[in-house]
Amino acid sequence: MSRQGKLRLQKWYTATAERDKKKMVRELMQVVLARKPKMCSFLEWRDLKIVYKRYASLYFCCAVEEQDNELITLEVIHRFVELLDKYFGSVCELDIIFNFEKAYFILDEFLMGGEIQDTSKKSVLKAIEQADLLQEEDESPRSVLEEMGLA
Amino acid sequence: MPAPIRLRELIRTIRTARTQAEEREMIQKECAAIRSSFREEDNTYRCRNVAKLLYMHMLGYPAHFGQLECLKLIASQKFTDKRIGYLGAMLLLDERQDVHLLMTNCIKNDLNHSTQYVQGLALCTLGCMGSSEMCRDLAGEVEKLLKTSNSYLRKKAALCAVHVIRKVPELMEMFLPATKNLLSEKNHGVLHTSVVLLTEMCERSPDMLSHFRKLVPQLVRILKNLIMSGYSPEHDVSGISDPFLQVRILRLLRILGKGDDDSSEAMNDILAQVATNTETSKNVGNAILYETVLTIMDIKSESGLRVLAINILGRFLLNNDKNIRYVALTSLLKTVQTDHNAVQRHRSTIVDCLKDLDVSIKRRAMELSFALVNGNNIRGMMKELLYFLDSCDPDFKADCASGIFLAAEKYAPSKRWHIDTIMRVLTTAGSYVRDDSVPNLIQLITNSVEMHAYTVQRLYKALLDDISQQPLVQVASWCIGEYGDLLVSGQCEEEEPIQVSEDEVLDVLEGLLVSNLSTPVTRGYSLTAIMKLSTRFSSLNRIKKVVSIYGSSIDVELQQRAVEYNALFKKYDHMRPALLERMPIMEKTGTNGPAEIVQTNGETESTILDTKHLPSITQPASQANDLLDLLGGNDVVPVIQTTVPTKPASAGGELLDLLGDLSLTGGPTPTPAPSVPMSQPPFLLDGLTSQPLFNDIAAVIPPMTAYNKNGLKIEFTFERSNPNPNIAVITIHATNSTEADMTEFVFQAAVPKVCSFPSSSTVYGEL
Repeated sequence: MSRQGKLRLQKWYTATAERDKKKMVRELMQVVLARKPKMCSFLEWRDLKIVYKRYASLYFCCAVEEQDNELITLEVIHRFVELLDKYFGSVCELDIIFNFEKAYFILDEFLMGGEIQDTSKKSVLKAIEQADLLQEEDESPRSVLEEMGLA
Repeated sequence: MPAPIRLRELIRTIRTARTQAEEREMIQKECAAIRSSFREEDNTYRCRNVAKLLYMHMLGYPAHFGQLECLKLIASQKFTDKRIGYLGAMLLLDERQDVHLLMTNCIKNDLNHSTQYVQGLALCTLGCMGSSEMCRDLAGEVEKLLKTSNSYLRKKAALCAVHVIRKVPELMEMFLPATKNLLSEKNHGVLHTSVVLLTEMCERSPDMLSHFRKLVPQLVRILKNLIMSGYSPEHDVSGISDPFLQVRILRLLRILGKGDDDSSEAMNDILAQVATNTETSKNVGNAILYETVLTIMDIKSESGLRVLAINILGRFLLNNDKNIRYVALTSLLKTVQTDHNAVQRHRSTIVDCLKDLDVSIKRRAMELSFALVNGNNIRGMMKELLYFLDSCDPDFKADCASGIFLAAEKYAPSKRWHIDTIMRVLTTAGSYVRDDSVPNLIQLITNSVEMHAYTVQRLYKALLDDISQQPLVQVASWCIGEYGDLLVSGQCEEEEPIQVSEDEVLDVLEGLLVSNLSTPVTRGYSLTAIMKLSTRFSSLNRIKKVVSIYGSSIDVELQQRAVEYNALFKKYDHMRPALLERMPIMEKTGTNGPAEIVQTNGETESTILDTKHLPSITQPASQANDLLDLLGGNDVVPVIQTTVPTKPASAGGELLDLLGDLSLTGGPTPTPAPSVPMSQPPFLLDGLTSQPLFNDIAAVIPPMTAYNKNGLKIEFTFERSNPNPNIAVITIHATNSTEADMTEFVFQAAVPKVCSFPSSSTVYGEL
């Protein structure tokens, strides 16, 4: 989410009602945005632990369970940001706003059900690349047909 | 119809909106356009429309009408469509919508698609939001993919399996055969997800856990390779090889080693190696160390290793990074019970953390500090804690105050120190102190007989300064009521005695009565205190006047008290000195323990009532306090009730208990409730005189037959034991009037806590 409290990406790995999701997001936003810069990156919220990190104008927050390792979660967040950075080339908030679906694709390639799928940055990026190629192949035949006026 | 606008276009447009209303308008317009486009069943632009819908959904607008469209996209052959369709499914659908089941077939087909990326999409969607029905239907496919040689799919299938197991634990067995070769993979992705899968299975099923214990050597080997192997650019993070995998393996080892000696032994070396060789300059290294410490503490590790772990935590505490300090404090809190001495060594660092700026760190440090207080360090620690109490946030004050009281009680080096500490807490954080501390403190003060003068003097001085903190005021007024004579006579040994006259004292107490800051409870305390002073001071007229004024007070509680005290002056003046005598020493049976009544040594034994049968004894302390105050100096003090009483008390029961008896409900059959007035205090004093409660003790309860059936007769006889007249002894006679023997006679008694048995509560025997 952004510093002004606008949601840029959200991923839920447990089934929750829409109304509850909104409420939780609002609460979380309030709590996290109220944190001063010197404070530590972990806080307790309901029965979960929230790990958050600020990158420029965006806050990345993860809610983890009691037994999860907070420090490694920070690394997970960092890895995700690195992936975004590599993909978009020096990512900034606008990139994520205008290409949110791509950001989601990257997230879904990196994490599933809340766990890391692959620890290698290279693999994840390669997979996204390939998938993007597939997408382009999809689209090009159509534009050719359109060009010929047959679509 | 013109082509629907592109996604980027829409985003740009919406961002130009300057107000919420403007944005809403744009969105509504676009939604209408999208809806009509959907109605036209236009395949070409469906993808674009759904993407736009997802964007609007993220902004917080309803998008449920797009759910079916997502399904159509998933069913399409185009990869682009599928990609957006699956994304939409994950964002808009979950198991709560019935529609989601329609996805199942599509996913099934896609799981068998020729393109691995399509398979990947399907696995991902299933693994993120699959419902139990979907999981049940598709588990077979997932299992198949778990065995494939394609590592890209294998890793995804593993995580998908994790989700399936979470949703439908019974299916766990199904994945067991596929796990056989998982750990022999070279691909880190597969390794990582396999470890996650194994962890999930072990956490859920003890059978699986024992089954997988044999993997410990293999895991140790993998971990070793990770640490020893050279630089691997693909998995490197700040110089450490694949920290994510390392952490995951450590976690699995923790689960496997817990409670098992052999496994724990097998991991000892590698844990020591990781603990000593890991770079600590960056967060990554510390993350691994943290996980290692958690593992060491959970398994049956040797003591050297444990000390190593605690030292690592100690080092963490000194780290500049507050995250690390936080994590260290949390872990130390977990281990302080088991490895107390080791943690003590880091006490000073922990205490320093009390001054940290971060709220979470402060809280952890406070909890840990309380856990570390012991007889040796109590003085030093208390200084720090009191300082902390002064400066901390209001949310902490209540917990801190209670903690300080507990610690002070357990380890107070001297009574004077104890009282000073309490005074300090009351004056600094008085309003945050918990309600039950007031009776606790009163009891404590009563028990420190030699400190009475000192205490009352200090409390009086504190009252002069500030009457806003209710617990302080309550304790102070109670003390002044009890020990006012000491105050006026200026007998203090510990401190410079102050010169106080009776009128000044009464001024203060009356001030409390009229002040706006006093709560009704406080007023009750001060009125009673004034009353008690009638036997200790000589200004009787003044006191009588005050008491009669409040006889018409609006506050019912005050009025009641005043009326009764008036009655005491008029009708029962002969009883007044006895009733208002000094409170005897209360025996403490433990703080915060289960609700108990304390037996007291009654000073006015002649008025102790006879033994009575009562079904219940426990009662809330506040009521007790009121009655206590009403009776003035009479002996019984039901003390400290911090837990909710499990048995409901009858009002009459309280009265009787107050008057200091033992209730006798021995034996298997509860005795019937006594015929005591069940009414509330208004009739209390009347009750005192008219009831047979005040009969002389000499009357003993006649023996009673508790049980007489089938030839077994059980009789109770009651008598007072000679050494201690407060104890009644029940003797049970069991007679067997049949001809046969009765074997295995077991007598068990359930009694309220007031009673105690000389030996065990169960008697075996034969009749």
